[in-house]
Amino acid sequence: MSHLTPDPNESAGSAYDGLLEHHEVAGDSSQWAFGTDFEDPLAGVDTTVPADVDPAALAAYCLMLGDDALVMSHRLSEWCSRAPDLEEDIALANTALDLLGQARLLLARAAAADPAVVPVLPEGSPVPAEDALAFFREAGDFRNVRLAEVPNGDFAHTVVRLLLFASVRLALFEQLASSRDPVLSAIAVKGVKELAYHRDYAGRWFLTLAQGTDESRRRLEAALRELWPLYPELLATHSVEQAVAEAGVGVAPDSVASAVEVVLEQVLAVSEVDRPRGQPLAGVRGRTGRDGLHSEALSRMLAEMQVVARAHPTGRW
Amino acid sequence: MSVRAREVAASVTDPEMPMLTLEDLGVLRGVREEADGVVVTITPTYSGCPAMATMRDDLVHRLADAGYAATVEVSLSPAWSSDWITDRGRQALRDHGLSAPGPAPHRAGPVPLTLLPVRRDLACPRCSSTEVELTSEFGATACKALYRCTACAEPFEHVKEI
Repeated sequence: MSHLTPDPNESAGSAYDGLLEHHEVAGDSSQWAFGTDFEDPLAGVDTTVPADVDPAALAAYCLMLGDDALVMSHRLSEWCSRAPDLEEDIALANTALDLLGQARLLLARAAAADPAVVPVLPEGSPVPAEDALAFFREAGDFRNVRLAEVPNGDFAHTVVRLLLFASVRLALFEQLASSRDPVLSAIAVKGVKELAYHRDYAGRWFLTLAQGTDESRRRLEAALRELWPLYPELLATHSVEQAVAEAGVGVAPDSVASAVEVVLEQVLAVSEVDRPRGQPLAGVRGRTGRDGLHSEALSRMLAEMQVVARAHPTGRW
Repeated sequence: MSVRAREVAASVTDPEMPMLTLEDLGVLRGVREEADGVVVTITPTYSGCPAMATMRDDLVHRLADAGYAATVEVSLSPAWSSDWITDRGRQALRDHGLSAPGPAPHRAGPVPLTLLPVRRDLACPRCSSTEVELTSEFGATACKALYRCTACAEPFEHVKEI
């Protein structure tokens, strides 16, 4: 059976014309892609910095929280099509998407607070500030905690990392909800709802793997031993975090340490897993992830994440 | 004029759950008329909701078709809650084989850790059996969980409470 090929020159028009219908909106090409990005996730949001708050400190703080989410999101998204089963694949992708959304808002908030943090791109580049921050900064400019950048291991490794990450982030965001910065407060209120799902997901899998087979428990305990030295960094307070906490716009991580400990002890107890005794991973001359001190793994991750954007700094997507 | 602009905006549907209008989903927060056009305010369901740009484009197109130059703004506060899905929206979800959300949790104090699967009082949207089991808290879009009916054996999606 054959089909006639429609003649594009026919006066009645091609059968394919409907596919190319476009609306009379200047410069609009949105029919070419589903989900062309919002140019600015904070479009129309009042981003005025409270008068007595240092914009540079607020921006640096937003980069810290934003980079944590961006790097963790990327590691989780590396599981796409590789997870143990379809449900977990979807769950990890959803979690990555939530964190990517938080990262976009936080990077955009950083740029709005202090435009000086945004890398300068060639004249005429359409790259929005949040993308410039994500794709055009070097590893040394990223301020995420090092736990987020560790390369993926097995599924137990991801469960342990997500439990530590989400437990701390949820505790931080619960306090950040009352930030004097209305933008950070709004991001946190929304983030709390998402992070509650992430923490429960990781907690349930932690328990399941601990109480599953000898092999699943062996893998879980190995992952916990490997990642535990990176956990204290999540609860250490950097001078930027101290400054924004004192200004009432940020949260000092050490102030939520006891709340996080209660949660982790609960998970460890029901899972019958002993708390590891590993020493915290040291910084270098006092510098850690918050200062831009990272492992080689972050450079490799960024090389892959950034390569296309960097090859086309004036590209439109 | 802005009454009609509001009607147009309210009739635009969600790109991922097209049985719902943006109004029924509760993401349409305002339509106001200004000197140089209409300003529509929407709020994301989830921080990473990839449908936001499509919502914006659909709003701009539909309003352009109706003769309005529209811009779309984002409102982050108050944060969207599944409680904002209207009764009509809930019925539309059920009519299309989706399970509508129950009441969103309202907590005072820290978010409790929940290590056992969330118990939800819900019924299969196809056969109405309450013999259902959770497959995953995460589904094809950020706002849905996956369930399976053990009576009719059909899988279905449940819009999560947040």
